Amino acid sequence: MTNSISEILFEVRDAAKAFGAVQALRGVDFQITRGECIGLVGHNGAGKSTLMNVLSGTLTPDRGELHFAGRAGRSDWGVREAQRLGVRSVYQELSLCANLSLAENMRIAQPQLKGWNWRVNAGSQLEASLDRIFPGHGLRADQVVADLSIGKRQLVEIARAFTPGAQPLELMILDEPTSSLDSHAAGQLLAYIREFVAHGKSCILISHKLREIFNVADRVVVMRDGQVVESVRTDQTSRDRLVAAMGQDEQATGFAGEASTTAGPQNAPLVVKVSSPTRTRMEMNAGAGEVIGLAGLAGHGQTGLLLRLQAASAGAADCAVWVDGATSFVAGDRQTDGVFGLWSIARNMSVGCLSQFRRGLLIDLKKERDRAEQWRQRLGLVTPGLDLPIYSLSGGNQQKVLFARALGSTAPIILMDDPMRGVDVGTKHDVYALIADEARRGRTFIWYTTEFDELFHCDRVYVFNNGEVVGELSRAELNEERVLNMSFEEIAA
Amino acid sequence: MSPVLAKRGVHMLHTLLPAMALTLLLGAVFWRQPRAMSYFGINLLLDLAIPLMFATLAQMMILAVSDLDLSIGPFVSLVASIGATLLPTRPALAMLALAAAVAAYALAGAVIESRRLPSIVVTLGLSFVWLGCAVLLLPTPGGLAPGWLSSAMAYRTPWLPMPIWMALVAAVLGHALITRSAFGTLVRGLGGNPAAVARVGWSLVRVRAGVYALAGVFGVIAGLMLLGQTTSADPNIASRYTLVSIAAVILGGGKFVGGYVSPVGAVIGALTMTLAASFLTFLDIAPDWQVGMQGLILIVVLGLRAAIDRLERIA
Repeated sequence: MTNSISEILFEVRDAAKAFGAVQALRGVDFQITRGECIGLVGHNGAGKSTLMNVLSGTLTPDRGELHFAGRAGRSDWGVREAQRLGVRSVYQELSLCANLSLAENMRIAQPQLKGWNWRVNAGSQLEASLDRIFPGHGLRADQVVADLSIGKRQLVEIARAFTPGAQPLELMILDEPTSSLDSHAAGQLLAYIREFVAHGKSCILISHKLREIFNVADRVVVMRDGQVVESVRTDQTSRDRLVAAMGQDEQATGFAGEASTTAGPQNAPLVVKVSSPTRTRMEMNAGAGEVIGLAGLAGHGQTGLLLRLQAASAGAADCAVWVDGATSFVAGDRQTDGVFGLWSIARNMSVGCLSQFRRGLLIDLKKERDRAEQWRQRLGLVTPGLDLPIYSLSGGNQQKVLFARALGSTAPIILMDDPMRGVDVGTKHDVYALIADEARRGRTFIWYTTEFDELFHCDRVYVFNNGEVVGELSRAELNEERVLNMSFEEIAA
Repeated sequence: MSPVLAKRGVHMLHTLLPAMALTLLLGAVFWRQPRAMSYFGINLLLDLAIPLMFATLAQMMILAVSDLDLSIGPFVSLVASIGATLLPTRPALAMLALAAAVAAYALAGAVIESRRLPSIVVTLGLSFVWLGCAVLLLPTPGGLAPGWLSSAMAYRTPWLPMPIWMALVAAVLGHALITRSAFGTLVRGLGGNPAAVARVGWSLVRVRAGVYALAGVFGVIAGLMLLGQTTSADPNIASRYTLVSIAAVILGGGKFVGGYVSPVGAVIGALTMTLAASFLTFLDIAPDWQVGMQGLILIVVLGLRAAIDRLERIA
């Protein structure tokens, strides 16, 4: 491989794909060379995931040509062919079997592991990959996936994809791989990607975190409305230019300076109080109309606290938690905790507050429809119709529906479990404005987020470490270093 | 006790629950009737569990892929009917018929996967097909099992009574097949997350067809063993197996969705369900209460399991 830099590994010409009325790809041209890392960015619904599925063979395009390392034709391009030639993918929704152990999941992905002790071989190969990419991961091959947090599962899935096997590994496609990772693990992954491409392999990184793209990618490809609108070397562009190409105004990036400036109410009545000498070192509270951020590394008890708050408001006995008023929950893991897959978009919105639409024993369909239409406009939902099934929407738009469901209720306290996971910048901006607006009207938000920049939208931030609150920061005191220090501090038992 | 140890202890309790239920029931029987604690006593008590164990393994294959088989009872009846009519006179034709029945099972699996049909609907439909075929073959109860089959089932096994040997064989076979083997892993993976299995390049149609074919094979084994015990057949001889086999799998630690099954537990479940029925005879209670007793045991064990799950979450 004398001229490996310029050798094209995979080329797509004029690929198009429609799902019913939604045109996901409208003639995309895309190519990647050996030893290159491409950052793929764009709105949710811009077609990134569809393109990825076409490349990895899980979707067949309606038209277009696929050339892998000079191999002609697309007629028989499928999952098996893609894997035989060395294309592997890590999907946004996790692709592990929760009922199986890590070693067994490895075996499913790598059928060449044979013999009576395949379990041991599969386990040690996976552990070796984990050690290489995420040193200090703390996982064992005989653990069952269902017992792991979503962040740990993502580590396993990434490590599994990077494990060499009988089939070659030429191109790795990662769809939002860091969205459920904490910043430590995300840093380890990004460093490994650089090492990976340095060995002549190729990588496509889909991410909404532009900082990651600039750190890792050689070239960045911007998609908008199912088309590639820009393809440029990362050192020849800037954050502002990318955001402009994605088709939204610059202030939409949700940075510190732009965050809502209204100070949180100082003497608002308390609505939430968490105190327990055994479970939390510090007391935690929230007043009416406050936006409270929960920070810290992923999986350190933030979601658990949200669930306790919800249970307490529903009447469960919990002496450490006091909640005044009803709560409404916005799930982060929308596939398992959020959407009703068989229902329409409108019904997915209204299910959170069906009692508002009741007329006798029945549902007032017109009222339900009108309300859904209002939310569609308020959130800028991209869809041809609200009667379509929820899965006709892209991930970000599904998440907007979940917001509409929670905010449409009368609950004064909204609990958010990392709701912006894998959501595009435009959607985020819309939702930030919505949260600020609702907070001014007296609603309280308890917001767990894995994205540091989002904490600037909160009035106060509590940092979690190992299931305990270890620090409280006001917006003025907030900076990344402080939060990281608290997150990584060893807790004295 | 450290939290890790406590968690492991609770988990162990979970695994041992089916065995504990069986031991308790067996203990109660031996306490009422000490003479049952003999080679013949156990034979008598658990004889009926032998075909049920294999029918339960068939049901477990289907539950492992998060499907449900409502046709296993009529299928076992059909196999027994084939055995009582064709097998003694035209063995080749009988073998062909049994092979065709297994192939039909595999086809059902393929259709369920490729057409995305609910397994309950397809297998409910199939159950009438099996029943119809059995009635065609054997319009009135009767027929005669081949001599070799009857004598095989009446064979006096050394050391332990036959039901115990059979339970060991079924448990080891099931464990090797579904828990240890690579194929079994794939099957449970399909039950847990079909999309994940498809994404790494497996043909779901083939895997599901394979699972159903294996279930068919276990059904054939169950039917022939049942026939060997009864020596004659009846188109409705095993209809109750459908629900009892589901109960046995669940009793043994399996779940309806998510690919969680335990073959050893399922075999123990089948033994428990059988014992629950014969237990009443020892208490001089009318056999009309058998189904009620089975239900009661199911409720108690599932209630205990829910309690243990709660403990596990706290630990």
